[in-house]
Amino acid sequence: MAHHTISVTVNGGKEVLDVPSDMTLLEMLREKLALTGTKNGCEAGECGACTVLVDREPVNSCMMLAVEANGREITTVEGLAQDGQLHALQQAFIDHNAVQCGFCTPGMLISAHALLERNPHPAEEEIRAALVGNLCRCTGYLRIIEAVQTAAIQVAAEHGTLSASKEGDVSLPFTAEGEA
Amino acid sequence: MTVSEGTFTSQPVGKSVPRVDVYEKVIGSAVFVDDMQFGPGLYYARLVRSPYAHARIKAVDVRKALEVPGVKAAVTGRDINTRIGLYLVDRPIFPIDRVRVVGEPVAGVVASSQEVAERAARLVEVEYEELPAVFDPVEAAQPDAPLLHPDMAQYEVANFIFPQPGTNISEHFKLRKGDVTSAWPRCAAIVEGTFRLPNIQHVPIEPHAAVALWEPSRMKGSGAAPSGEVTLWTCSQSPFAQRDLIAQSMGIPHGNLRVISPYVGGGFGGKAGVSMEVYAVALARAVQGHPVKLRMTREEEFVGTTVRQALVAQTKIGCDAEGNLLAMETRYYFSGGAYNDYGVNIARAAGYSCTGPYDIPNVKGDSYCVYTNVPIGSAMRGFGMPEIHWGIEQIMDQLAEKIAGKLPIPMDPAEFRRRNCVKTGDTILTGMEMPATDLVACIDKVTEAIDWDRREAASAPHKKRGKGIAIMWKAPAMPPNPGSSALVRFNEDATVNVEIGAQELGQGAFTVAAQVAAQALGVPYEWVRVSAPVDTKYSPYEWQTVASRITWSTGNAVKAAAEDARQQILEIVAEHWGEDPQDLDIKDGKVISYRSEEEQPLQNMVVYGLPNEGFEGWKGGPIVGRGTFMPTYVSNLDPETGQGTRAVVHYTVGAQAVELEVDTETGQVEVLKIASAYDVGKAINPDLIMTQIEGGAVHGMSSAFEGLQFDERGRPLNPNLVDYRILNAADVPREIHGDYVETPLEDGPWGARGVGEHVMVQTAPAIANAINDALGIRFNDLPLSAEKIYLGLAGVMNCE
Repeated sequence: MAHHTISVTVNGGKEVLDVPSDMTLLEMLREKLALTGTKNGCEAGECGACTVLVDREPVNSCMMLAVEANGREITTVEGLAQDGQLHALQQAFIDHNAVQCGFCTPGMLISAHALLERNPHPAEEEIRAALVGNLCRCTGYLRIIEAVQTAAIQVAAEHGTLSASKEGDVSLPFTAEGEA
Repeated sequence: MTVSEGTFTSQPVGKSVPRVDVYEKVIGSAVFVDDMQFGPGLYYARLVRSPYAHARIKAVDVRKALEVPGVKAAVTGRDINTRIGLYLVDRPIFPIDRVRVVGEPVAGVVASSQEVAERAARLVEVEYEELPAVFDPVEAAQPDAPLLHPDMAQYEVANFIFPQPGTNISEHFKLRKGDVTSAWPRCAAIVEGTFRLPNIQHVPIEPHAAVALWEPSRMKGSGAAPSGEVTLWTCSQSPFAQRDLIAQSMGIPHGNLRVISPYVGGGFGGKAGVSMEVYAVALARAVQGHPVKLRMTREEEFVGTTVRQALVAQTKIGCDAEGNLLAMETRYYFSGGAYNDYGVNIARAAGYSCTGPYDIPNVKGDSYCVYTNVPIGSAMRGFGMPEIHWGIEQIMDQLAEKIAGKLPIPMDPAEFRRRNCVKTGDTILTGMEMPATDLVACIDKVTEAIDWDRREAASAPHKKRGKGIAIMWKAPAMPPNPGSSALVRFNEDATVNVEIGAQELGQGAFTVAAQVAAQALGVPYEWVRVSAPVDTKYSPYEWQTVASRITWSTGNAVKAAAEDARQQILEIVAEHWGEDPQDLDIKDGKVISYRSEEEQPLQNMVVYGLPNEGFEGWKGGPIVGRGTFMPTYVSNLDPETGQGTRAVVHYTVGAQAVELEVDTETGQVEVLKIASAYDVGKAINPDLIMTQIEGGAVHGMSSAFEGLQFDERGRPLNPNLVDYRILNAADVPREIHGDYVETPLEDGPWGARGVGEHVMVQTAPAIANAINDALGIRFNDLPLSAEKIYLGLAGVMNCE
């Protein structure tokens, strides 16, 4: 098997890697860089557990060859939190109890992140449509959809683009009764 | 973070505290088996699978495979000729004489890379002679059916399972109560039907993976460990059961086999017991000193692990002129697949709960598990209950409809269920007394939430709208004596490690264990962590994380361990203060005296003890609390009647109502709302219960539209996520309403009982009842495909 030297940016860091021609981007992330947050659920582009951003677009990393990533920017779930601060989506997934087994969560977060990057004010239908490629067997999806709505407001507020009425539309079903 | 920072939750039981595992799951650091790093010495395995549903194996030749550079070993039934099983030891690791299902492994290959292993596996030559196969469980139960297990009489079997050698029947459970023959003439309405469910698969998003390392035997004469030390890393609901079954099957002393299970990426029963894990061990034995990784592809996950059994149910139920249920006769034929080592207990559970949640005085039930040439049927969320409720809950609607016209009082499907459902203290079908539960309250909650008496107009002229209801019961189905144990230890800063052998599959077991320990100890929830991964070498024993038994059984063990630790602490401090332990309490991590109003923080003293006055010696020392729980009151049942003093530990009951629309032009069903309510005994973590209810409602809804398909020779047609669709984010209802009632369970921690499996049991029949409400058409067979509904609407298909 021929090998190739590629240069990629992964979560902001430059990497130069020697990869076989048939290695997928998913295998490269998991086996070459030990970035195992990105999951392998089907190796057929059907479940979305391996979703990463390639130049800010969500991609099933099991369906892309590592050599095709040459010169590109990759973001995985490990790159979502910045400076020790959780991304608004990660915090919203926690606050809404939108995580159970956690195996689909990294891909879900990345697909949702891609959505908010291109559409900061998604309607519920748009969130559902953006997540159809990410299968979850535990949660029933509703809390994931709600978490994305909450994060959208948070992200918009951080960018100062939030309208007051929009904020009032969203309810938080998770009440932290436990906090004292 | 030190314990003084951040949130501080005292008395966490009953509060919706955040999950203990959620942070690592959102940052991508939570470790699953496939994420573990084994270094360059790791080898990869691939299984060679049968293309035939039923065939004699004439020869297996691995020579060409062994010639491939990089191949390290090939293993067949000649190298390891043994069987494995939990209730019925019927499954050869690699068969030597015959294969019984398409995809059955006949050999395994180990190589230095995945690619080489795959290439070599294709070079293994197997000569088969095809045999007649049987796929339908009713046909397979007939005396003239092709026999799958001629050696059944020699299989080891649990003493509450009744196989019938010489047939394909691996279990026949008989339930006899009252006298159905004399009851039928007294019935004013009788409904009878045959209901069919196809095989479905669990579809965890994490496929099965296992890594095994067989370290070489010590030199002769060194004494211990003649078999070598074996470590197995698995995604498992049952690390201890895996240790027990694999140790027995392969002749490894239990102490030499260590099973380590990190987080499980969804189980739903599919990761209970042993499925593919044993192959990793068998192959690792051939390449000692190297870890061997075996990982299922998605296709193998569908047909090479386990599936939910298909069922044919022939059921007849009757009620008297007042609408009281009088008699039921039912035959359940579970399609157990090629091996029934776990499936026999599903048929048994379906037998002793065969009436569903109803009080019926005369019952004749026969529940069969039958060998068929299809994938291995095993545990799946609900364990026989979704299967039997599919028919029962449709018949109840039909009975209510039939009798309603004859009664002076209104008797709609909800009222019919209120009248007939099982209630506290009823003598249920097995003769045991129904423990305290409130199913009527659950029915009331869901009918209110769905606005049961109101019928809205459909959203478009070509759509029809309907509502449906269904109720359920389920008992944990397990041997009579499954045990749990727990340890509670402290760190110097008084933070707590809870050690359990129960597994976190996403259901929240670790969170509940932390809440229980914090509450029973008197420390804040945030001080408690649960030691992971589960490791049979260090974790206290747990039977299996199945049967919705962990909150109850492990919860009891953790509570006992925490109470034990608490008592040790109180005795040390009482001695220190010269007081009576009974006047002391632990609150928010401090020992306090109600008499002297003294205070003693737990920090340090839980490890170092306390000094006597003037440091003239010390008292106490490291605190270790231990707790165990095992039900001791379950009896075996009479093999001829299914009667006994106590068939099960308890039942959880619940109700669901759905509202939906059917598109009459396409046959497509849109579920608009699902309302659910269960009697949980005590909500230890209310929001976690809601997450189970919501996820389960969607799982149940999905199951109504799923089905594995096979061609006429038993070859799978749709083993992938495109052709076998599970619900996605666009499919799910806009609203899932969850609720619960709390009738305490006598022996549950604070009264709690499990609810993880129950939440999907009755969803499919609730949907079928709503479709009937919308269209006036009944569908007896799952899945409820758009095609089937369209043909039903066109009058092409005879639906009954």
